[in-house]
Amino acid sequence: MVVVDLEKCVGCGECEDVCTFGAISIVDEKAVVDPDTCTLCGACEEACPEGAIEIEGEDISPAGGMDLDAWRGVWVVAEFRHDRFAPVTFELLGKGRQLADDLETDLTAVLMGSGVGEYAESLIERGADKVLVVDSPRLEQFLDDVYARILADMAQKEKPEIILAGATAMGRAFIPQVATILETGLTADCTGLEIAPEGRDLLQTRPAFGGNLMATIICDSTRPQMATVRPHVLKAMEPDASRQGEVIKIDPHEDLLKSNIKVLESVMEEAEGPMLTEAEVVITAGRGVENPKNIALIEKLAHCMEGGVGATRAVTDAEWLPGRCQIGQTGVTVSPKLYMGFGVSGAIQHLVGMQGSEIIVAVNKDPDAPVFDVATYGIVGDVKDILPLLVRRICQERGND
Amino acid sequence: MDIVVCIKQVPDAASVKWDHKTGTLIRDGVQSVINPFDYNAIEAALSLRDELGGKVTAVTMGPPQAQDAIREAMSMGVDHGVVISDRAFAGADTLATTYTLSRAIRKLGSVDAVFCGKQAIDGDTAQVGPGLAVRLGLPCVTCVGEMEIMEGGAGLRVKRMCEQGYDVVEVGFPVLLTVLASLNTPRVPSLKGKMRARKADIPLWSAEDIGAQKDKIGLAGSPTKVFSTHIPKFEARREMLPGTAEEQVDALVDKLKEAGII
Ligand SMILES: Cc1cc2nc3c(=O)[nH]c(=O)nc-3n(C[C@H](O)[C@H](O)[C@H](O)COP(=O)(O)OP(=O)(O)OC[C@H]3O[C@@H](n4cnc5c(N)ncnc54)[C@H](O)[C@@H]3O)c2cc1C
Ligand SMILES: Nc1ncnc2c1ncn2[C@@H]1O[C@H](COP(=O)(O)O)[C@@H](O)[C@H]1O
Repeated sequence: MVVVDLEKCVGCGECEDVCTFGAISIVDEKAVVDPDTCTLCGACEEACPEGAIEIEGEDISPAGGMDLDAWRGVWVVAEFRHDRFAPVTFELLGKGRQLADDLETDLTAVLMGSGVGEYAESLIERGADKVLVVDSPRLEQFLDDVYARILADMAQKEKPEIILAGATAMGRAFIPQVATILETGLTADCTGLEIAPEGRDLLQTRPAFGGNLMATIICDSTRPQMATVRPHVLKAMEPDASRQGEVIKIDPHEDLLKSNIKVLESVMEEAEGPMLTEAEVVITAGRGVENPKNIALIEKLAHCMEGGVGATRAVTDAEWLPGRCQIGQTGVTVSPKLYMGFGVSGAIQHLVGMQGSEIIVAVNKDPDAPVFDVATYGIVGDVKDILPLLVRRICQERGND
Repeated sequence: MDIVVCIKQVPDAASVKWDHKTGTLIRDGVQSVINPFDYNAIEAALSLRDELGGKVTAVTMGPPQAQDAIREAMSMGVDHGVVISDRAFAGADTLATTYTLSRAIRKLGSVDAVFCGKQAIDGDTAQVGPGLAVRLGLPCVTCVGEMEIMEGGAGLRVKRMCEQGYDVVEVGFPVLLTVLASLNTPRVPSLKGKMRARKADIPLWSAEDIGAQKDKIGLAGSPTKVFSTHIPKFEARREMLPGTAEEQVDALVDKLKEAGII
């Protein structure tokens, strides 16, 4: 709860002004906090020029002076939405298991949502020793602030040394809030995680400058060490039903469940095949497919290979494919096993979104197209010739027409 | 309406070149531009002001030459701008950045809406928006792809885009939003705007001006540190498949079989 030091408080009202929940009023020149409306967001603590406001239970001091040894254990934030786990959850558990073993500590999965309790066991099968379940109808929809406050609150109480989450739309929305509440470091979009050869620091590797450079980041003065991790780069463990673990139910304090945002509806768009960011194969249309009719062939090839359909901005701008298909700087980043680009020139803004793919195939009639610089296999040719042939061959191979 | 838009100057990806032999960034000729998503944030801020009245202030933390970014924003119609600039801010990670931006925004006075881009293309972290929201005690909606003003102007109804689709979210003012490129089409600067921007007096605020605590800014306030860097190796890439279209397709199918993909 919020504690006002009446000695220090001068009744200036700064805290009243910044409180978006209207939980603070100035009575007799002192700040008074209504604990029922307060959400512990901490804005008043930040704003108080006298340092008279403190959030109790938040004993984390920023950089320096933190007792790092009080923090133990590895946490993975499970993402359960629309009746399924995001695959990155299992990938994180696979890596988390390895990190926890290296540190000789426990791996805990945190599962938040509504009606999610029954899925806790599957997290144990995938490597968790413990599952913290926060099951509340309030968590039916994803509310950034509520999810952030609950996770931060649990972390303050349980003190894990590492918290990992998926670099998904949801993870990237609320994990930065958690790190800010905890005043600790967060590394976005990691592709590699290891424990340092000496000590217990987590080495977090991520691409920088559009993948031209890999930077390894550490967070050695605060805890927890937090990272969001790109889907599809880590290996999940095979489920093992014989694994034993503990499921712990957590009832969050009501105050934590208040939100200023309201989700009216959550719409799943019918996209055929896997999600682009999760697909193992991505078939991409560039302007060189020349007309929307050829898009049907791109979609067919993706379908045969159980892949996703990607696009350059030229293609989404022309509305041959919807905006969510756009790969690149102002679109999504993909790192599938196989990326195939048809009539893609290879503009840097596109390349930064697909350079991490394992095998890159490029088909372009211009032998000097920059896309060939990053291609594993290049075909100089006309999309109109290559694409139908390839669709026929591959759909045949797959026995999938 | 008091509206703030956070913009960042970033190296223009198209002008960044790499010396792959030495593995270094060739800095000569690298142009600085406004982060692409921040144009959409500017446009969102301007359109909100055009509907509901008020003023838009652009805020950037960066070196003094980040004034150029503010001038560009003003030429598009932004009313005021400020550059938060101090040697002491150097080395800021997102935690220190959100602290610094929040101090400056507090100094501006009351705020009804803050707009950020989805992410900055130099770091791609997408952490500053949500972190800043926590610092300012504002609700935050990320990845906004559509936005409309609610009846009566009490708040916004937005589409928050995610992998599988979108959420329709309602949120009252004050609020912080991070925006996608698909939200809008940024307006082009007007001649009048350019004139005004050229003459505008753009304040530079130091750490002291915003009353920043020394241990919360720059390197000292940044819990994350770069431990090492390396250049990723692309092993023996670029094998061109020759021949007729049929031969090329056959060769590719063989390669994909070898790789276990088909
Ligand atoms: C700030 C900013 C952000 C951007 N963000 C993105 C982004 O996120 N994603 C993105 O993709 N782009 C982005 N762009 C746009 C990017 O710069 C390129 O314009 C775009 O990627 C080009 O798409 P393209 O390769 O399909 O088209 P083009 O560049 O027009 O290339 C078409 C290619 O097809 C080839 N071709 C034509 N006909 C045939 C044929 N019959 N057979 C075979 N080959 C053929 C041509 O040789 C050419 O190489 C951004 C640009 C800016 C300025
Ligand atoms: N130094 C900065 N000054 C002003 N705004 C910033 C700064 N850094 C980041 N931002 C804002 O935060 C958004 C996300 O940046 P990032 O978290 O770095 O990817 C950007 O699009 C800007 O709106």
